[in-house]
Amino acid sequence: MLIRSSSKIKSSEITSHSVYQARRDFMRDMGGLALAGLAPAACSSTEAEGQSKKTQEKRFAHLERSPFSTDETPTPHSKITHYNNFYELGTGKSDPAKYAHRLRTQPWSVTIDGAVEKPGTYQLEDILKPHTLEERIYRLRCVETWSMVVPWVGFSLGDLLKRFQPTSKAKFVAFETLHDPEQMPGQRSLFSLQWPYAEGLRMDEALHPLTLLAVGLYGEVLPSQNGAPIRLVVPWKYGFKSIKSLVRITLLEEQPPTTWHLMAPDEYGFYANVNPDVSHPRWSQAKERRLGGSFFENLIKQETLPFNGYAEQVAHLYQGMDLHQHF
Amino acid sequence: MKAPSPDITLRYIKPFVFVLCLLPAVFLCGQALMDQLGANPVETILHSTGEWALRLLLLTLCVTPLRRGWRWHGLIRLRRMLGLYAFFYAVLHLCVWVVFEHFFDVHALLNDILKHPYIMVGMAAFLLMLPLAITSNQYMLKRLGGAQWQQLHRLVYLVAIAAVIHFWWKMKLDISEPLIYAVILGILLMLRHPAIAKRYG
Repeated sequence: MLIRSSSKIKSSEITSHSVYQARRDFMRDMGGLALAGLAPAACSSTEAEGQSKKTQEKRFAHLERSPFSTDETPTPHSKITHYNNFYELGTGKSDPAKYAHRLRTQPWSVTIDGAVEKPGTYQLEDILKPHTLEERIYRLRCVETWSMVVPWVGFSLGDLLKRFQPTSKAKFVAFETLHDPEQMPGQRSLFSLQWPYAEGLRMDEALHPLTLLAVGLYGEVLPSQNGAPIRLVVPWKYGFKSIKSLVRITLLEEQPPTTWHLMAPDEYGFYANVNPDVSHPRWSQAKERRLGGSFFENLIKQETLPFNGYAEQVAHLYQGMDLHQHF
Repeated sequence: MKAPSPDITLRYIKPFVFVLCLLPAVFLCGQALMDQLGANPVETILHSTGEWALRLLLLTLCVTPLRRGWRWHGLIRLRRMLGLYAFFYAVLHLCVWVVFEHFFDVHALLNDILKHPYIMVGMAAFLLMLPLAITSNQYMLKRLGGAQWQQLHRLVYLVAIAAVIHFWWKMKLDISEPLIYAVILGILLMLRHPAIAKRYG
C-alpha cells in the first residue's frame, strides 16, 4: 500500500470548500430522496451539477488577504453556521439555522442618517460597490464564554462612514437590525428583547480599522443565520455588540441605547470589551471554550485575553477609563 | 384502567424503567464518541445531564400522587430507583462542571458558586440531595426509623424547588423551559396539600 505524506499532496488535490459543500448538499438531498424511496440513479449527476453551480454563484471572486487576520485554525463552517445567537430567529442555538430561510436578504437597503453630510437610504449593491472585499480571520468571543475563529469577508466600517461624511457632531454610531416579525419569528416570541435590536459604538471605535462590516463567511455570501446580508464585527468586544442584518446606521452626538444593556444594565455594558478581569453576573469571563475540532479537542477551556487578544491595537482607545466601571 | 399489580410492577416494569433511565447517559456517550454532540459538546452534556436530573426528580415526585390517585401501590418499589437516578444525573452534571468548566480549579469553583446565584442554588440542591442518597438504602432506613427517615426525605421538595430555580436563573431571556418544569412541580406540590390529598387518598 502506498501512503503519501501530506507534503506530497498537491494543493489541486485537496477538495475545495465549494466542492465539499456541493457534495454535502448533494448527499443531504439524495439522502432525503433515498428515504422516500425515490432515488433513481440517473438523476444524480444533474442534481450535483445544479448544486455546484448554485454554490459557485455564492462565492466571492477576488478576496484580498488582510494583515489583521489571525493564523489560528478557523472553526469549522458547520459549527459557525449551526451555533448562533440571533434571537430574531429564535433563542435556541440551532434555531437561527432552522429559520434562516425565512429571512429575505434580497433586495436589501440600508439607511444612513443622523450627523452625516449625505444621509439617505441606499441599496446594498450601491453601498458595497466602491469597497474592496477582504478576508479577515478574527477571533469571536461570546459573553457566554465560548469562542470561535471566523473567516469573515468584508471591509472596514470606517471606510464606509467616511464616504457619507460625518459632521463634527458625530460622536457615536447607532446600528439597527431589521424589524419584521413576519421574516423573523423570534420577534413574535413571548420572551423577546426590545425590537429592533440596537447596538452602538463610540466614533473612534467605529473608525478603528479592525471594525468590520461583514458580508461573507468562508469566502461565500454570509448565511442568513450569521446576520446576512450585512453585519458588524467588532472583534475585541463580546459578540452581542456585533449586530446582524443591519438596516440602519445613524451617527449621533449622544451615546445611543443598546438592546442588551436596556434588558439588564448590570450584566451588559455599552462598551462590552472582552475583559477576563471583569466577571459577569452569570459567567466568569476568565476563560473561554474555543469551539472547533473534535469532541476531545475542546474539553478544557483556555485563558481569555484582554480585548480578546487585540489589546495592542485597541487598548489605547480606553486609556484613563476605569474598565470595571465601563464594562 | 386498573393499575398494574405490585408483582408485575416489580418483575417487569422496574427492570424496564431501569434500562430506560440509563438510556440518556448511553446516548450521550455514543454521541460523544461519534462527535454528534453539536458545536459545543461540553455544553450539550452539561445541559442534558442537568435536565435529566430534574426530570427524574419530578418523576420521583409523581410516585406518591399516582400511588394514591390510581391506587398503583406497587409503584413505591420504583421510587428509590428513580430518586437515585436523579442523583446519578446530578452527579454527572456536577462532574462536567467541575472537570470541564473549571478543570478542578478550586478557586474558580468557589468563585463561580459565590458570585453566581444560579450556581449557588444549584449547588444547594446537590448538597441537599446527598443525605437523601446516602440514607436511601434499607439499612439506613431501619437505623433512622420510619418516621425520622420520612422527615429527612421531605428535603426532596426543597431539592426540586432549588433545581427549578437553578434552571430558571440560568436563562438569559427565554424562560419557557424552566417555566414548564415550575408548573409541573407546582402541580406535584399542590397534590400533596392535605385538603387535596384527602380527596383522592
